[in-house]
Amino acid sequence: MATEAIGWWGVPLAIAAGTMRGGTPFLFVSLGECLTEKSGKINLGLEGTLLTGAMSAYAISYLTKSPWIGVLVAGIAGMTLGLIHAWLCQQPRVNDVAVGIAMIIFGSGIAFFLGKPFIQPSAPQLPTIDLGYWSTIAPLKEALRISPLFVLGVALAPLMAWFFRSTRWGLFIRAVGDSPDAARAMGVSINRVRMLSIVAGSFLAGIGGASLSLYYPGVWSEGISSGQGLMAVALVIFARWNPVQCLYASLFFGGAQSLGPALQSIGVTQGYYLFNAAPYILTLAIMVITCSPKRTLSGVPGALGTNS
Amino acid sequence: MMSSARWRSTLEAICIPLGALLVSLILFGLFCGAAKANPFAVYASIHKAAFGSWFAFQNTLIRAAPLMLTSLCTALPARLGLVIIGNEGALVVGGIGAVAIGLALGTSAPSLIVQIAMAIAALVCGGLWIGAVGALRHYRGVNETISSLLLNYIAIALLNHLVTGPMKDPASLNKPSTFPLADINMLDKLPGTRIHYGLIYGLIACVIAYILIQRTTFGFAARTSGGNIRAARIAGLPVGKLTMAISFLAGSCAGLAGMVEIAAVQGRANASLNANYGYSGILVAFISRHNPLAATLVAVLLGGILASGSILQRVHNLPDATVYVFQGIVFLVVMFSESLYGRFAIFKEPERPATPPVSPSSAAAVV
Repeated sequence: MATEAIGWWGVPLAIAAGTMRGGTPFLFVSLGECLTEKSGKINLGLEGTLLTGAMSAYAISYLTKSPWIGVLVAGIAGMTLGLIHAWLCQQPRVNDVAVGIAMIIFGSGIAFFLGKPFIQPSAPQLPTIDLGYWSTIAPLKEALRISPLFVLGVALAPLMAWFFRSTRWGLFIRAVGDSPDAARAMGVSINRVRMLSIVAGSFLAGIGGASLSLYYPGVWSEGISSGQGLMAVALVIFARWNPVQCLYASLFFGGAQSLGPALQSIGVTQGYYLFNAAPYILTLAIMVITCSPKRTLSGVPGALGTNS
Repeated sequence: MMSSARWRSTLEAICIPLGALLVSLILFGLFCGAAKANPFAVYASIHKAAFGSWFAFQNTLIRAAPLMLTSLCTALPARLGLVIIGNEGALVVGGIGAVAIGLALGTSAPSLIVQIAMAIAALVCGGLWIGAVGALRHYRGVNETISSLLLNYIAIALLNHLVTGPMKDPASLNKPSTFPLADINMLDKLPGTRIHYGLIYGLIACVIAYILIQRTTFGFAARTSGGNIRAARIAGLPVGKLTMAISFLAGSCAGLAGMVEIAAVQGRANASLNANYGYSGILVAFISRHNPLAATLVAVLLGGILASGSILQRVHNLPDATVYVFQGIVFLVVMFSESLYGRFAIFKEPERPATPPVSPSSAAAVV
């Protein structure tokens, strides 16, 4: 980025751009996690899903020359991992957090294994929407080049909130997550609702992965996700299991993530790695502030983390 | 003389993990087949690279040493019902502490004193790192899995910051590192082998952890709290202190693994410290069902798999991530096998059913 040309103004601009770019994977993965957790299960394995999504999107985009097929395949790859997680974590005496850890290792292993041949070649990227065509300032143009996936994610958040609030299926998911006994009394199959919620959530996380490899940073490498799938779990807590707040939280995290690179681009290299740790430190700080041992958090699904 | 019911449940505790291991070997074999590698040849290579010769077996043991220590970081808190996965972070922080003390003392003190100081620094740094996780859990109700995971990334960032900035040896151009430790301060090797004393550290730590958990009142209190936290509170057990003490001990074990890696293998701190021993340690803890003695054996097995990573690449042209796929498959199958306890009639007493073993991983993780 040629932010040097506009000096210190480059920092807020780069952060604004990073908010939209870096926030996109956070958005999809946190919406996916939100959907999963609403049904009463935690999917810690979305980190592996994100990596698998990123790898398959890049590979398919490279092989078929069509990034959109890549996005679709990323979602399907995510669903496959979601199926394994959903089936395993609903077995008796199997803890969903522990399965999630196993799925992180398995998912990232699969992604690294199959993705090895695709580290070098460059795949066609998703087309972008240029909102900055009127400007002559290059960094501004660059910052306003947004991805259709970002727009999709922004639209998805209120849609999901409406889904939970006003649809029959939304009610089922909330009932299963809040009170499995009540759901059972309603005649809802808890296993099936959770299965579908986890699989659909993993589909979204897979798409989040596609936004990493096909939009920003737009390459496939093994370090591409660096814990973003895990931070989704913290993000959902921060967002109080509310999809619209997931949107705000994702933007906030995207911004925090771009702090280090933005400062580096104007020559502030001191403490680069510490700035890179900003999202993690921020997540931890938010959890320390918002959690309390005395009361349960507002908005938490009643059956979350219990083995019912 | 054990009773028949005891025998049967012991048999169950042996047969189910072995069965799980067998199933994962078959699944990984199918995976290799799909990747156009002959599974039998792959297993032959793994065996040869891991246990085939004394030379190979020494490599395996060198890798098993940090795994034993990092596995305790998950296994000990699991007894309290905590799922802590901050092993990697505690290892890195322990390594940083060790190298800082080792460089500060240099050759001003006898090497034994320096080594002890390094070990203590690693124990304290790692212990405080995971101890903070326990404190946050107790005082703020912060989910220990998430906080320990975030601390992994923070620790790695801290390491990168230190080795590229404040602690950087200007001579390390290609790979930013700290200054090297003095040779005399490095851990010795066991006589006649290439295996360093870290293996002894690991074995001793596992035995102490086993005795602590199974044979002391402290361990009994911890297991009681893990079984039923409300009952433990009513019984007047100091749950908060137990949480923090166990977290501290867990972190100090992983921290010691960092010291071992620094003082026996690397000789300096750099990005190599972050070699995924922490994540593999989680797997060791789960396969051994959080039993520190079983963890020593599992660590050797997994150390063998890790040692065979490069041969898979060279001989079978498989990517180095194959080892992760293997670990992932084993992990998933072992997770599934948890649900099999108590399902087979053969392991039950004919008249009265044996009590199914309490699975530590079934403890609820409350966000």
